[in-house]
Amino acid sequence: MRIPRIVAVVAIALLIPALALSGCSSGDKKTLRVGLITPLTGDVKTFGESTKNGVLLAMEQAGVTLDKGGKIGNVPVKLFIQDDRNDATEGVNVATKLISETKVQAIIGSVTSKVTIAVSNVTNPAKVVQITSTATNPKVTVEDGKRKPYTFRACFIDPFQGTVGAKFALDTLKARTAAMLYDQSNDYTVGLAQYFKEAFEKGGGKVVFEASYGTNDTDFSAVLTKIAGFKPDILYLPDYYQKVSLIGSQARAKGIKSVFMGGDGWDSSELDFKAMDGGYFTNHYSPDDPRAEVKSFVAAYKAKYGAVPDALATLAYDATNMLITAVKQTQSNDPEKIREYLANGTFSAVSGTIKNDANGNPIKSAAILQIKDGKQQFVASVNP
Amino acid sequence: MTEAVNQILNGLQLGLVYALIALGYTMVYGIIRLINFAHGDVFMVGAFVAFFSTSSWHLPFVVAVPLSMVICAVLGVVIERLAYRPLRYAARIAALISAIGVSLLLEYGSSLKWVFGPNYRVVPRPFNVTQWSFRGVQVSNIQVIVLLTVIVLLAALQYMVTRTRMGKAMRAVSFDHDAARLMGINVDAIISYTFALGSALAAAGGVLYSVAYPQINPFMGIMPGLKAFTAAVLGGIGSIPGAMLGALIMGEVDVLSAAYLSSRLRDVFSFSILILVLLTKPSGLLGKSGPEKV
Repeated sequence: MRIPRIVAVVAIALLIPALALSGCSSGDKKTLRVGLITPLTGDVKTFGESTKNGVLLAMEQAGVTLDKGGKIGNVPVKLFIQDDRNDATEGVNVATKLISETKVQAIIGSVTSKVTIAVSNVTNPAKVVQITSTATNPKVTVEDGKRKPYTFRACFIDPFQGTVGAKFALDTLKARTAAMLYDQSNDYTVGLAQYFKEAFEKGGGKVVFEASYGTNDTDFSAVLTKIAGFKPDILYLPDYYQKVSLIGSQARAKGIKSVFMGGDGWDSSELDFKAMDGGYFTNHYSPDDPRAEVKSFVAAYKAKYGAVPDALATLAYDATNMLITAVKQTQSNDPEKIREYLANGTFSAVSGTIKNDANGNPIKSAAILQIKDGKQQFVASVNP
Repeated sequence: MTEAVNQILNGLQLGLVYALIALGYTMVYGIIRLINFAHGDVFMVGAFVAFFSTSSWHLPFVVAVPLSMVICAVLGVVIERLAYRPLRYAARIAALISAIGVSLLLEYGSSLKWVFGPNYRVVPRPFNVTQWSFRGVQVSNIQVIVLLTVIVLLAALQYMVTRTRMGKAMRAVSFDHDAARLMGINVDAIISYTFALGSALAAAGGVLYSVAYPQINPFMGIMPGLKAFTAAVLGGIGSIPGAMLGALIMGEVDVLSAAYLSSRLRDVFSFSILILVLLTKPSGLLGKSGPEKV
């Protein structure tokens, strides 16, 4: 069958503007486009999934869904999700794509510090608001002494987390010696190790051995043999769950009896609970916290996903609600107005009240959890 | 002093696993002059097959190991048949590029959700870890199992290569394809056989590696593959005892540089060896030097 030429011409004539406008169609001037960047595959994929769940739950409660969009107050909102595989380069790629092609005004993400720092160097020049839920490294909001004004976060920062961990080791576990292993190429683990060491030595403890490793290392026999010789009270492992699981099981196989400690990177259902049994880690929240906000959030999350939310999901929920509150209050999709509100507002959140200091770092409390009998157990809550 | 002995034992454990991979590189190179870059990924597949057969199909470990060796042997033969045989008489670079393609195919193919999936998986230990201590020298049952398995496999390989008709045919083919063919040897079958042997050894290496360092992912084969390749070059590529010697040296260099210099520099030292060998003695420690056949 031949298509009459005039029909073809008309069809093409109609298609061209449709294609050109698919990026930002004319009725979209007031629409707030929100991008979510999160690692849905790769070495920390459970972080990415929890984060996505938290974001979608918060958006749904505000009346916005992923496939249909929705409205916050009078502002229409659309949501776009991108996977960064926990890779900084990939993070920059998808952020650039979201900003230049999808034309987002706000980005939630990413999850880990190394990716978020890279992404923040794309969002700030483009004047796009960025809220990370869990990137705890100081460089996320301040680099080379300069505040990156469009970047915010819902979590506390590594100096606080490392300090809390060290204090807990000294005061509660009565530890006097510690060894540390950290990933030299990851800002998150380097930062935690550094702040843990500072606080631990200031409090009278001694770091007897420390070593760094490469991200792709799998054989830790050499350093673990050395650590076994020192018999430290604490082995501080401030990396993500998959790497600490690998180190932990090798350490026990080398006969190391030290108590393992770490940071919020341990918070995953895929942690090797058997190898890490007895270990403690600092975290943003515990589902066992008796506050009403926690209870209602845990119930809503369980109803939607059938699982107890981890800290990643909780902080993603909090970060999304910071954005939703800012949009509600400003009734605008203007990144400038949203930025201003985020910088000055106070947000009541599941993980504690969030009020940003001048560097965009929330001041809030930390929880200490223990890995015991195949689960996480709430031990204590520590205030700044 | 005892710490040094412990570190040497750590290096031995790693070196033995490298040896299983390096043998596959060296055998394949010996027989068709191809550096099979997909070999490290066969190692990965071996680890995954053993993981799924123990954790999903609940097979006992002693069954999982031979099963994964058989599956990888078949995989090796299929790779050779599809990706290398059509290029056997093309320029050598074509087969090399094909090998890189197969490597990427295996890595990203197995990252797909319906294959192995892109995630890191914790490998449950098939047995409890126990440690024996003799005057401060620590030996674990993992190390003993790695050592025994490798010795058994190497003895079997040695027997197959030197005492069987297939082994004789393999050596003949590696010497001269055309002369071997004139003597009535089915060269294609022997090449397939070599790939099967090499891949089965890599699979065993993958399983042992995942027992010793209990975590697997689709990209886990890259680094051990490169190290084993370096070991094969160091020992003299094409030489079976050379590959073993090279692998043991690589394992020790890897662990001792991590222990006494810096764990950041371990790869620097390991790969500096590759460059040094290529510059000073390209035929390797035990390789045959001599004019290249043109």
